[in-house]
Amino acid sequence: MLEVKGLSVEFVSGRQAVKAVNDVSFKLMKGTTLGIAGESGSGKSTIALAIMRLIAPPGKIVSGEIVFDGRDLLKLSESELTGIRGARIAMIFQDPFTSLNPVFTAGEQVAEAIRLHQNLNRQEAWASAVKMLEAVHIREAVARAHDYPHQFSGGMRQRVMIAMALACRPEILIADEPTTALDATIQMEIIQLLKEVQKEFNLSVIFITHNFGIVKAFCRDVLVINQGRVVEAGPVDRVLASPQSPYTQKLLNALKVINNE
Amino acid sequence: MEKNKLAIFGLIILGLFVLLAIFAPLIAPYSPDEIVASQTLAPSSAHLFGTDDLGRDLFSRALFGARVSLSVGLVAVFISITVGTLLGSLSGYYGGFFDLVIMRFVDVMLAFPAIFLILAIQAMLTPNIYNVMVVIGLTSWMGVARLVRGEFLRIRELQYVEAARAIGCSDFRIIFRHILPNAQAPIIVAGTLGMAGAILTESALSFLGLGVQPPMASWGNMLMDSQAYMFDAPWLAVIPGLLILVTVLSLYFVGEGLREKLDVRS
Repeated sequence: MLEVKGLSVEFVSGRQAVKAVNDVSFKLMKGTTLGIAGESGSGKSTIALAIMRLIAPPGKIVSGEIVFDGRDLLKLSESELTGIRGARIAMIFQDPFTSLNPVFTAGEQVAEAIRLHQNLNRQEAWASAVKMLEAVHIREAVARAHDYPHQFSGGMRQRVMIAMALACRPEILIADEPTTALDATIQMEIIQLLKEVQKEFNLSVIFITHNFGIVKAFCRDVLVINQGRVVEAGPVDRVLASPQSPYTQKLLNALKVINNE
Repeated sequence: MEKNKLAIFGLIILGLFVLLAIFAPLIAPYSPDEIVASQTLAPSSAHLFGTDDLGRDLFSRALFGARVSLSVGLVAVFISITVGTLLGSLSGYYGGFFDLVIMRFVDVMLAFPAIFLILAIQAMLTPNIYNVMVVIGLTSWMGVARLVRGEFLRIRELQYVEAARAIGCSDFRIIFRHILPNAQAPIIVAGTLGMAGAILTESALSFLGLGVQPPMASWGNMLMDSQAYMFDAPWLAVIPGLLILVTVLSLYFVGEGLREKLDVRS
Protein backbone atom coordinates (compact mmCIF):
# COMPACT_ATOMS: atom_id res chain seq x y z
CA MET A 1 0.00 0.00 0.00
CA LEU A 2 2.58 2.51 1.18
CA GLU A 3 6.25 1.79 1.51
CA VAL A 4 8.85 4.10 3.01
CA LYS A 5 12.44 3.23 2.20
CA GLY A 6 15.49 4.80 3.83
CA LEU A 7 13.81 8.11 4.61
CA SER A 8 16.07 10.81 6.06
CA VAL A 9 15.06 14.36 6.93
CA GLU A 10 17.48 17.10 7.93
CA PHE A 11 16.91 20.41 9.63
CA VAL A 12 19.54 23.00 8.92
CA SER A 13 20.28 25.70 11.46
CA GLY A 14 23.22 27.90 10.69
CA ARG A 15 26.01 25.66 9.47
CA GLN A 16 24.79 22.64 11.38
CA ALA A 17 22.46 20.04 9.95
CA VAL A 18 20.50 17.89 12.38
CA LYS A 19 19.03 14.60 11.20
CA ALA A 20 15.50 14.52 12.59
CA VAL A 21 14.71 11.30 10.74
CA ASN A 22 17.51 8.89 9.95
CA ASP A 23 17.16 6.02 7.49
CA VAL A 24 13.61 5.03 8.43
CA SER A 25 11.90 2.25 6.48
CA PHE A 26 8.50 0.63 6.94
CA LYS A 27 5.52 -0.78 5.09
CA LEU A 28 1.87 0.01 5.63
CA MET A 29 -0.52 -2.79 4.64
CA LYS A 30 -3.98 -2.15 3.28
CA GLY A 31 -6.68 -1.84 5.92
CA THR A 32 -4.26 -2.12 8.84
CA THR A 33 -3.03 0.30 11.45
CA LEU A 34 0.60 1.06 11.99
CA GLY A 35 1.57 2.81 15.22
CA ILE A 36 4.60 5.05 15.32
CA ALA A 37 5.63 5.48 18.93
CA GLY A 38 8.34 7.54 20.56
CA GLU A 39 8.94 10.40 22.93
CA SER A 40 8.59 14.09 22.10
CA GLY A 41 11.18 15.23 19.59
CA SER A 42 11.96 11.70 18.41
CA GLY A 43 11.00 12.57 14.84
CA LYS A 44 7.68 10.77 14.62
CA SER A 45 5.68 13.79 13.46
CA THR A 46 8.39 14.62 10.96
CA ILE A 47 7.85 11.22 9.35
CA ALA A 48 4.15 12.02 8.97
CA LEU A 49 4.83 15.41 7.43
CA ALA A 50 7.41 13.87 5.11
CA ILE A 51 4.84 11.41 3.74
CA MET A 52 2.53 14.35 2.99
CA ARG A 53 5.52 16.26 1.58
CA LEU A 54 4.73 19.04 4.04
CA ILE A 55 8.23 19.50 5.44
CA ALA A 56 8.87 23.25 5.40
CA PRO A 57 12.28 24.92 5.29
CA PRO A 58 14.68 24.79 7.11
CA GLY A 59 13.72 21.10 7.02
CA LYS A 60 14.54 19.01 3.96
CA ILE A 61 14.06 15.42 2.86
CA VAL A 62 17.60 14.39 1.98
CA SER A 63 17.17 10.80 0.89
CA GLY A 64 14.77 7.90 0.62
CA GLU A 65 11.70 6.87 -1.28
CA ILE A 66 8.04 6.97 -0.35
CA VAL A 67 6.26 4.61 -2.70
CA PHE A 68 2.51 4.91 -2.91
CA ASP A 69 0.49 3.24 -5.66
CA GLY A 70 3.70 2.45 -7.58
CA ARG A 71 4.89 6.07 -7.60
CA ASP A 72 7.58 7.76 -5.51
CA LEU A 73 5.85 10.67 -3.76
CA LEU A 74 9.19 12.44 -3.41
CA LYS A 75 9.46 12.72 -7.19
CA LEU A 76 6.01 14.23 -7.80
CA SER A 77 5.47 17.86 -8.73
CA GLU A 78 3.62 20.21 -6.40
CA SER A 79 0.49 20.09 -8.58
CA GLU A 80 0.48 16.28 -8.69
CA LEU A 81 0.79 16.33 -4.91
CA THR A 82 -2.31 18.50 -4.40
CA GLY A 83 -4.22 15.73 -6.16
CA ILE A 84 -3.00 13.23 -3.56
CA ARG A 85 -3.11 15.31 -0.40
CA GLY A 86 -6.57 15.13 1.05
CA ALA A 87 -7.87 13.02 -1.82
CA ARG A 88 -5.88 9.82 -1.28
CA ILE A 89 -3.76 10.48 1.79
CA ALA A 90 -5.30 12.60 4.53
CA MET A 91 -4.03 13.81 7.85
CA ILE A 92 -5.39 14.87 11.21
CA PHE A 93 -3.47 16.87 13.74
CA GLN A 94 -2.69 17.01 17.41
CA ASP A 95 -4.36 20.17 18.58
CA PRO A 96 -8.05 20.38 17.69
CA PHE A 97 -8.12 23.96 19.01
CA THR A 98 -5.83 25.31 16.34
CA SER A 99 -6.33 22.92 13.44
CA LEU A 100 -9.63 24.41 12.29
CA ASN A 101 -9.75 27.85 10.68
CA PRO A 102 -11.60 30.17 13.10
CA VAL A 103 -13.32 32.24 10.40
CA PHE A 104 -15.15 29.40 8.62
CA THR A 105 -18.00 27.21 9.83
CA ALA A 106 -17.51 23.48 10.34
CA GLY A 107 -19.65 22.76 7.28
CA GLU A 108 -17.69 25.17 5.10
CA GLN A 109 -14.40 23.54 6.04
CA VAL A 110 -15.58 20.03 5.29
CA ALA A 111 -17.27 21.22 2.09
CA GLU A 112 -14.06 22.91 0.99
CA ALA A 113 -12.13 19.66 1.32
CA ILE A 114 -14.79 18.02 -0.84
CA ARG A 115 -14.90 20.73 -3.48
CA LEU A 116 -11.11 20.70 -3.82
CA HIS A 117 -11.16 17.16 -5.12
CA GLN A 118 -14.63 16.43 -6.41
CA ASN A 119 -16.54 18.18 -9.09
CA LEU A 120 -19.56 19.20 -7.03
CA ASN A 121 -21.46 22.47 -6.78
CA ARG A 122 -21.93 24.32 -3.50
CA GLN A 123 -25.20 22.68 -2.48
CA GLU A 124 -24.01 19.17 -3.29
CA ALA A 125 -20.75 19.71 -1.41
CA TRP A 126 -22.63 21.12 1.57
CA ALA A 127 -25.02 18.17 1.65
CA SER A 128 -22.11 15.79 1.41
CA ALA A 129 -20.31 17.68 4.22
CA VAL A 130 -23.34 17.36 6.48
CA LYS A 131 -23.40 13.62 5.77
CA MET A 132 -19.75 13.39 6.78
CA LEU A 133 -20.45 15.26 10.03
CA GLU A 134 -23.19 12.74 10.71
CA ALA A 135 -20.79 9.90 9.96
CA VAL A 136 -18.47 11.12 12.73
CA HIS A 137 -21.45 11.26 15.11
CA ILE A 138 -21.93 14.97 15.51
CA ARG A 139 -25.45 15.34 16.84
CA GLU A 140 -27.85 17.58 14.90
CA ALA A 141 -25.25 17.85 12.16
CA VAL A 142 -27.61 19.80 9.88
CA ALA A 143 -27.70 22.68 12.37
CA ARG A 144 -24.19 22.34 13.74
CA ALA A 145 -22.64 22.56 10.28
CA HIS A 146 -23.39 26.29 10.54
CA ASP A 147 -21.40 26.65 13.78
CA TYR A 148 -17.91 28.10 13.98
CA PRO A 149 -15.02 26.14 15.53
CA HIS A 150 -15.11 28.09 18.80
CA GLN A 151 -18.65 26.81 19.35
CA PHE A 152 -17.41 23.20 19.47
CA SER A 153 -15.67 21.39 22.33
CA GLY A 154 -12.24 19.86 21.81
CA GLY A 155 -13.56 16.36 21.13
CA MET A 156 -16.17 17.72 18.71
CA ARG A 157 -13.54 19.73 16.85
CA GLN A 158 -11.45 16.63 16.45
CA ARG A 159 -14.55 14.94 14.97
CA VAL A 160 -14.93 17.82 12.51
CA MET A 161 -11.26 17.42 11.65
CA ILE A 162 -11.79 13.71 11.02
CA ALA A 163 -14.83 14.48 8.86
CA MET A 164 -12.68 16.91 6.86
CA ALA A 165 -9.91 14.35 6.44
CA LEU A 166 -12.28 11.58 5.37
CA ALA A 167 -14.49 13.76 3.17
CA CYS A 168 -12.83 12.61 -0.04
CA ARG A 169 -12.59 8.95 0.92
CA PRO A 170 -8.80 8.74 1.21
CA GLU A 171 -7.04 5.39 1.29
CA ILE A 172 -4.56 6.37 3.97
CA LEU A 173 -5.17 8.41 7.12
CA ILE A 174 -2.22 9.79 9.04
CA ALA A 175 -3.22 10.65 12.59
CA ASP A 176 -0.59 12.78 14.34
CA GLU A 177 -1.29 12.39 18.07
CA PRO A 178 -4.98 13.09 17.52
CA THR A 179 -5.92 12.44 21.13
CA THR A 180 -2.99 13.92 23.03
CA ALA A 181 -4.67 17.27 23.62
CA LEU A 182 -7.94 15.69 24.79
CA ASP A 183 -8.89 14.36 28.20
CA ALA A 184 -9.01 10.64 28.87
CA THR A 185 -12.72 9.89 28.29
CA ILE A 186 -12.80 11.88 25.06
CA GLN A 187 -9.60 10.12 23.95
CA MET A 188 -11.37 6.77 24.06
CA GLU A 189 -14.35 8.12 22.13
CA ILE A 190 -12.07 9.42 19.37
CA ILE A 191 -10.19 6.10 19.25
CA GLN A 192 -13.53 4.28 18.99
CA LEU A 193 -14.58 6.60 16.19
CA LEU A 194 -11.31 6.06 14.32
CA LYS A 195 -11.72 2.28 14.63
CA GLU A 196 -15.25 2.58 13.32
CA VAL A 197 -14.44 4.78 10.32
CA GLN A 198 -11.42 2.64 9.54
CA LYS A 199 -13.75 -0.30 8.95
CA GLU A 200 -16.38 1.74 7.20
CA PHE A 201 -13.96 3.39 4.76
CA ASN A 202 -11.46 0.50 4.59
CA LEU A 203 -8.66 2.84 5.66
CA SER A 204 -5.02 2.18 6.25
CA VAL A 205 -3.98 4.23 9.26
CA ILE A 206 -0.67 5.54 10.48
CA PHE A 207 -1.16 6.42 14.13
CA ILE A 208 1.47 8.57 15.78
CA THR A 209 1.51 8.62 19.55
CA HIS A 210 3.67 8.47 22.65
CA ASN A 211 1.02 6.42 24.44
CA PHE A 212 1.57 2.64 24.37
CA GLY A 213 -1.90 2.12 25.80
CA ILE A 214 -3.37 3.51 22.57
CA VAL A 215 -0.91 1.54 20.46
CA LYS A 216 -2.11 -1.64 22.17
CA ALA A 217 -5.77 -0.74 21.76
CA PHE A 218 -5.65 0.33 18.16
CA CYS A 219 -2.62 -0.81 16.16
CA ARG A 220 -1.60 -4.06 14.50
CA ASP A 221 2.04 -3.16 13.96
CA VAL A 222 4.26 -0.71 15.73
CA LEU A 223 7.41 1.22 14.93
CA VAL A 224 9.37 2.54 17.91
CA ILE A 225 11.40 5.64 17.09
CA ASN A 226 14.17 7.19 19.11
CA GLN A 227 16.27 10.14 17.95
CA GLY A 228 15.11 9.72 14.39
CA ARG A 229 15.96 6.03 14.11
CA VAL A 230 13.77 2.95 14.17
CA VAL A 231 14.80 1.05 17.29
CA GLU A 232 12.17 -1.65 17.07
CA ALA A 233 9.49 -2.75 14.65
CA GLY A 234 7.00 -5.57 14.50
CA PRO A 235 3.50 -6.73 15.45
CA VAL A 236 2.22 -4.93 18.56
CA ASP A 237 1.62 -8.17 20.52
CA ARG A 238 5.16 -9.35 19.99
CA VAL A 239 6.80 -5.97 20.75
CA LEU A 240 4.80 -5.46 23.93
CA ALA A 241 5.31 -9.03 25.18
CA SER A 242 9.03 -9.22 24.56
CA PRO A 243 10.59 -5.90 23.68
CA GLN A 244 14.04 -6.36 22.20
CA SER A 245 15.46 -2.87 22.38
CA PRO A 246 16.40 -1.30 25.73
CA TYR A 247 14.63 1.88 24.67
CA THR A 248 11.31 0.10 24.16
CA GLN A 249 11.75 -1.59 27.53
CA LYS A 250 12.37 1.79 29.12
CA LEU A 251 9.19 3.23 27.55
CA LEU A 252 7.12 0.24 28.65
CA ASN A 253 8.55 0.39 32.17
CA ALA A 254 7.62 4.04 32.37
CA LEU A 255 4.06 3.06 31.46
CA LYS A 256 4.02 0.33 34.14
CA VAL A 257 5.26 2.75 36.81
CA ILE A 258 2.42 5.11 36.00
CA ASN A 259 -0.16 2.31 35.92
CA ASN A 260 0.97 0.92 39.27
CA GLU A 261 0.73 4.22 41.04
CA MET B 1 -16.58 52.21 26.77
CA GLU B 2 -15.37 55.80 26.50
CA LYS B 3 -13.65 54.93 23.22
CA ASN B 4 -16.75 53.23 21.97
CA LYS B 5 -18.81 56.37 22.45
CA LEU B 6 -16.21 58.39 20.59
CA ALA B 7 -16.18 55.83 17.80
CA ILE B 8 -19.95 56.02 17.42
CA PHE B 9 -19.75 59.80 17.45
CA GLY B 10 -17.09 59.59 14.73
CA LEU B 11 -19.21 57.20 12.71
CA ILE B 12 -22.23 59.52 12.87
CA ILE B 13 -20.17 62.55 11.77
CA LEU B 14 -18.61 60.59 8.91
CA GLY B 15 -21.99 59.24 7.84
CA LEU B 16 -23.36 62.78 7.81
CA PHE B 17 -20.42 64.07 5.76
CA VAL B 18 -20.72 61.21 3.29
CA LEU B 19 -24.44 61.94 2.79
CA LEU B 20 -23.77 65.67 2.39
CA ALA B 21 -21.04 64.88 -0.15
CA ILE B 22 -23.22 62.48 -2.14
CA PHE B 23 -26.17 64.85 -2.28
CA ALA B 24 -24.05 67.99 -2.65
CA PRO B 25 -25.69 69.05 -5.96
CA LEU B 26 -29.15 68.85 -4.34
CA ILE B 27 -28.21 70.55 -1.07
CA ALA B 28 -25.89 73.28 -2.32
CA PRO B 29 -27.82 76.54 -2.63
CA TYR B 30 -25.47 77.86 -5.34
CA SER B 31 -23.06 76.54 -7.91
CA PRO B 32 -19.69 76.09 -6.19
CA ASP B 33 -17.71 77.74 -8.96
CA GLU B 34 -19.92 80.71 -9.80
CA ILE B 35 -19.62 84.20 -8.44
CA VAL B 36 -22.94 84.80 -6.74
CA ALA B 37 -22.45 87.75 -4.37
CA SER B 38 -19.94 90.33 -3.18
CA GLN B 39 -16.54 89.22 -1.97
CA THR B 40 -15.80 88.03 1.57
CA LEU B 41 -19.29 88.40 2.97
CA ALA B 42 -19.59 87.23 6.58
CA PRO B 43 -21.75 84.17 7.27
CA SER B 44 -25.46 85.03 7.10
CA SER B 45 -28.77 83.30 6.36
CA ALA B 46 -28.27 83.83 2.62
CA HIS B 47 -24.71 82.51 2.69
CA LEU B 48 -24.38 80.04 5.57
CA PHE B 49 -20.56 80.09 5.59
CA GLY B 50 -20.22 83.50 3.93
CA THR B 51 -18.55 84.09 0.57
CA ASP B 52 -14.91 83.79 -0.47
CA ASP B 53 -12.44 86.22 -1.99
CA LEU B 54 -14.11 85.99 -5.40
CA GLY B 55 -17.68 86.11 -4.13
CA ARG B 56 -18.44 82.36 -4.38
CA ASP B 57 -20.72 80.73 -1.81
CA LEU B 58 -18.47 79.05 0.76
CA PHE B 59 -21.11 76.56 1.95
CA SER B 60 -21.58 75.22 -1.59
CA ARG B 61 -17.82 75.03 -2.05
CA ALA B 62 -17.41 73.19 1.25
CA LEU B 63 -20.02 70.63 0.18
CA PHE B 64 -18.28 69.94 -3.11
CA GLY B 65 -14.93 69.99 -1.32
CA ALA B 66 -16.17 67.16 0.88
CA ARG B 67 -16.63 65.06 -2.27
CA VAL B 68 -13.00 65.62 -3.18
CA SER B 69 -11.58 64.94 0.28
CA LEU B 70 -13.63 61.82 0.93
CA SER B 71 -13.19 60.30 -2.51
CA VAL B 72 -9.44 60.99 -2.52
CA GLY B 73 -9.21 59.38 0.92
CA LEU B 74 -11.23 56.36 -0.14
CA VAL B 75 -9.45 55.68 -3.43
CA ALA B 76 -5.98 56.35 -2.03
CA VAL B 77 -6.62 53.95 0.85
CA PHE B 78 -8.00 51.35 -1.54
CA ILE B 79 -4.80 51.54 -3.56
CA SER B 80 -2.50 51.46 -0.54
CA ILE B 81 -4.38 48.57 1.09
CA THR B 82 -4.37 46.57 -2.14
CA VAL B 83 -0.67 47.07 -2.85
CA GLY B 84 0.33 46.68 0.81
CA THR B 85 -1.75 43.55 1.34
CA LEU B 86 -0.54 41.91 -1.83
CA LEU B 87 3.16 42.54 -1.23
CA GLY B 88 2.90 41.94 2.51
CA SER B 89 1.13 38.62 2.16
CA LEU B 90 3.46 37.25 -0.52
CA SER B 91 6.43 38.48 1.50
CA GLY B 92 5.22 36.94 4.75
CA TYR B 93 4.04 33.69 3.20
CA TYR B 94 6.99 32.85 0.99
CA GLY B 95 9.73 34.50 3.08
CA GLY B 96 13.31 34.01 1.91
CA PHE B 97 14.83 36.09 -0.85
CA PHE B 98 11.52 37.51 -2.08
CA ASP B 99 10.74 38.73 1.43
CA LEU B 100 14.19 40.28 1.72
CA VAL B 101 13.79 42.23 -1.54
CA ILE B 102 10.28 43.48 -0.74
CA MET B 103 11.15 44.52 2.79
CA ARG B 104 14.28 46.41 1.71
CA PHE B 105 12.15 48.15 -0.92
CA VAL B 106 9.75 49.09 1.89
CA ASP B 107 12.68 50.47 3.90
CA VAL B 108 13.80 52.56 0.92
CA MET B 109 10.28 53.93 0.39
CA LEU B 110 9.99 54.77 4.08
CA ALA B 111 13.38 56.49 4.06
CA PHE B 112 12.05 59.19 1.70
CA PRO B 113 10.23 61.94 3.56
CA ALA B 114 6.80 61.12 2.12
CA ILE B 115 5.66 64.66 1.50
CA PHE B 116 8.76 65.52 -0.59
CA LEU B 117 8.37 62.35 -2.60
CA ILE B 118 4.75 63.21 -3.29
CA LEU B 119 5.61 66.82 -4.12
CA ALA B 120 8.34 65.70 -6.52
CA ILE B 121 6.03 63.27 -8.31
CA GLN B 122 3.16 65.75 -8.41
CA ALA B 123 5.47 68.44 -9.83
CA MET B 124 6.25 66.14 -12.74
CA LEU B 125 2.66 65.08 -13.42
CA THR B 126 -0.23 67.35 -14.26
CA PRO B 127 -1.81 68.02 -10.88
CA ASN B 128 -5.40 66.76 -10.91
CA ILE B 129 -7.62 64.81 -8.56
CA TYR B 130 -6.90 61.39 -10.11
CA ASN B 131 -3.15 61.80 -9.92
CA VAL B 132 -3.50 62.89 -6.31
CA MET B 133 -5.38 59.69 -5.47
CA VAL B 134 -2.85 57.42 -7.18
CA VAL B 135 0.22 59.20 -5.87
CA ILE B 136 -1.02 59.21 -2.26
CA GLY B 137 -2.00 55.55 -2.55
CA LEU B 138 1.34 54.50 -4.00
CA THR B 139 3.32 56.29 -1.30
CA SER B 140 1.42 55.02 1.72
CA TRP B 141 1.28 51.22 1.34
CA MET B 142 4.47 50.44 3.24
CA GLY B 143 2.95 50.38 6.71
CA VAL B 144 0.20 48.08 5.50
CA ALA B 145 2.76 45.76 3.85
CA ARG B 146 4.71 45.45 7.09
CA LEU B 147 1.59 44.87 9.11
CA VAL B 148 0.24 42.20 6.77
CA ARG B 149 3.62 40.52 6.54
CA GLY B 150 3.74 40.29 10.33
CA GLU B 151 0.27 38.76 10.46
CA PHE B 152 1.21 36.23 7.77
CA LEU B 153 4.39 35.27 9.60
CA ARG B 154 2.28 34.52 12.65
CA ILE B 155 -0.65 32.80 10.95
CA ARG B 156 1.29 30.66 8.49
CA GLU B 157 2.74 28.69 11.43
CA LEU B 158 -0.70 27.83 12.79
CA GLN B 159 -1.98 24.32 12.47
CA TYR B 160 -5.03 25.14 10.39
CA VAL B 161 -2.74 26.35 7.62
CA GLU B 162 -0.94 23.01 7.71
CA ALA B 163 -4.33 21.30 7.77
CA ALA B 164 -5.37 23.29 4.70
CA ARG B 165 -2.23 22.14 2.94
CA ALA B 166 -2.96 18.58 4.03
CA ILE B 167 -6.39 18.61 2.36
CA GLY B 168 -4.69 19.69 -0.85
CA CYS B 169 -5.08 23.49 -0.99
CA SER B 170 -2.76 25.38 -3.34
CA ASP B 171 -0.55 28.22 -2.05
CA PHE B 172 -2.84 30.75 -3.71
CA ARG B 173 -5.85 29.34 -1.92
CA ILE B 174 -4.08 29.20 1.42
CA ILE B 175 -2.92 32.82 1.11
CA PHE B 176 -6.21 34.35 0.03
CA ARG B 177 -8.80 32.06 1.53
CA HIS B 178 -7.25 30.73 4.71
CA ILE B 179 -4.77 33.33 5.95
CA LEU B 180 -6.05 36.66 4.65
CA PRO B 181 -9.51 36.49 6.30
CA ASN B 182 -7.74 35.88 9.61
CA ALA B 183 -5.63 38.99 9.09
CA GLN B 184 -8.50 41.30 8.12
CA ALA B 185 -9.02 43.02 11.48
CA PRO B 186 -5.69 44.89 11.58
CA ILE B 187 -6.05 45.68 7.87
CA ILE B 188 -9.44 47.32 8.46
CA VAL B 189 -8.01 49.39 11.31
CA ALA B 190 -5.00 50.40 9.20
CA GLY B 191 -7.37 51.37 6.37
CA THR B 192 -9.42 53.65 8.61
CA LEU B 193 -6.37 55.39 10.02
CA GLY B 194 -4.79 55.48 6.57
CA MET B 195 -7.82 57.31 5.20
CA ALA B 196 -7.31 60.07 7.77
CA GLY B 197 -3.70 60.37 6.64
CA ALA B 198 -4.70 60.45 2.97
CA ILE B 199 -7.21 63.26 3.57
CA LEU B 200 -4.55 65.28 5.39
CA THR B 201 -2.04 64.70 2.59
CA GLU B 202 -4.58 65.74 -0.05
CA SER B 203 -5.28 68.94 1.89
CA ALA B 204 -1.59 69.66 2.22
CA LEU B 205 -1.03 69.07 -1.51
CA SER B 206 -3.96 71.24 -2.53
CA PHE B 207 -2.81 73.90 -0.08
CA LEU B 208 0.57 73.92 -1.79
CA GLY B 209 -1.12 74.14 -5.18
CA LEU B 210 -0.04 70.68 -6.36
CA GLY B 211 -3.29 68.92 -5.59
CA VAL B 212 -6.77 69.58 -6.81
CA GLN B 213 -6.68 72.53 -9.19
CA PRO B 214 -8.98 75.58 -9.05
CA PRO B 215 -11.73 76.27 -9.78
CA MET B 216 -12.58 72.79 -8.46
CA ALA B 217 -13.08 73.15 -4.73
CA SER B 218 -11.21 71.09 -2.16
CA TRP B 219 -10.85 71.82 1.54
CA GLY B 220 -7.11 72.18 1.02
CA ASN B 221 -7.25 74.76 -1.76
CA MET B 222 -10.01 76.64 0.06
CA LEU B 223 -7.50 77.02 2.89
CA MET B 224 -4.89 78.27 0.47
CA ASP B 225 -7.25 80.86 -1.00
CA SER B 226 -8.01 82.12 2.50
CA GLN B 227 -4.41 82.97 3.39
CA ALA B 228 -4.49 86.61 2.29
CA TYR B 229 -7.74 87.27 4.14
CA MET B 230 -6.83 85.61 7.43
CA PHE B 231 -7.61 88.73 9.49
CA ASP B 232 -10.34 90.34 7.36
CA ALA B 233 -12.37 87.19 6.80
CA PRO B 234 -11.21 84.54 9.28
CA TRP B 235 -14.14 82.21 8.48
CA LEU B 236 -12.56 81.49 5.10
CA ALA B 237 -9.74 79.70 6.92
CA VAL B 238 -11.59 78.46 9.97
CA ILE B 239 -14.38 76.61 8.15
CA PRO B 240 -12.35 74.37 5.81
CA GLY B 241 -9.78 73.92 8.58
CA LEU B 242 -12.46 72.76 10.99
CA LEU B 243 -13.95 70.42 8.37
CA ILE B 244 -10.58 68.74 7.84
CA LEU B 245 -10.01 68.54 11.58
CA VAL B 246 -13.41 67.03 12.34
CA THR B 247 -13.20 64.49 9.49
CA VAL B 248 -9.71 63.31 10.39
CA LEU B 249 -10.55 63.20 14.09
CA SER B 250 -13.71 61.17 13.40
CA LEU B 251 -11.68 58.68 11.36
CA TYR B 252 -9.18 58.34 14.20
CA PHE B 253 -12.00 57.76 16.69
CA VAL B 254 -13.53 55.09 14.46
CA GLY B 255 -10.11 53.51 13.88
CA GLU B 256 -9.29 53.40 17.58
CA GLY B 257 -12.76 52.07 18.38
CA LEU B 258 -12.35 49.31 15.80
CA ARG B 259 -8.91 48.50 17.11
CA GLU B 260 -10.36 48.02 20.56
CA LYS B 261 -13.41 46.13 19.33
CA LEU B 262 -11.41 43.79 17.10
CA ASP B 263 -8.70 43.43 19.75
CA VAL B 264 -5.82 44.32 17.49
CA ARG B 265 -2.35 45.27 18.55
CA SER B 266 -1.00 48.31 16.73
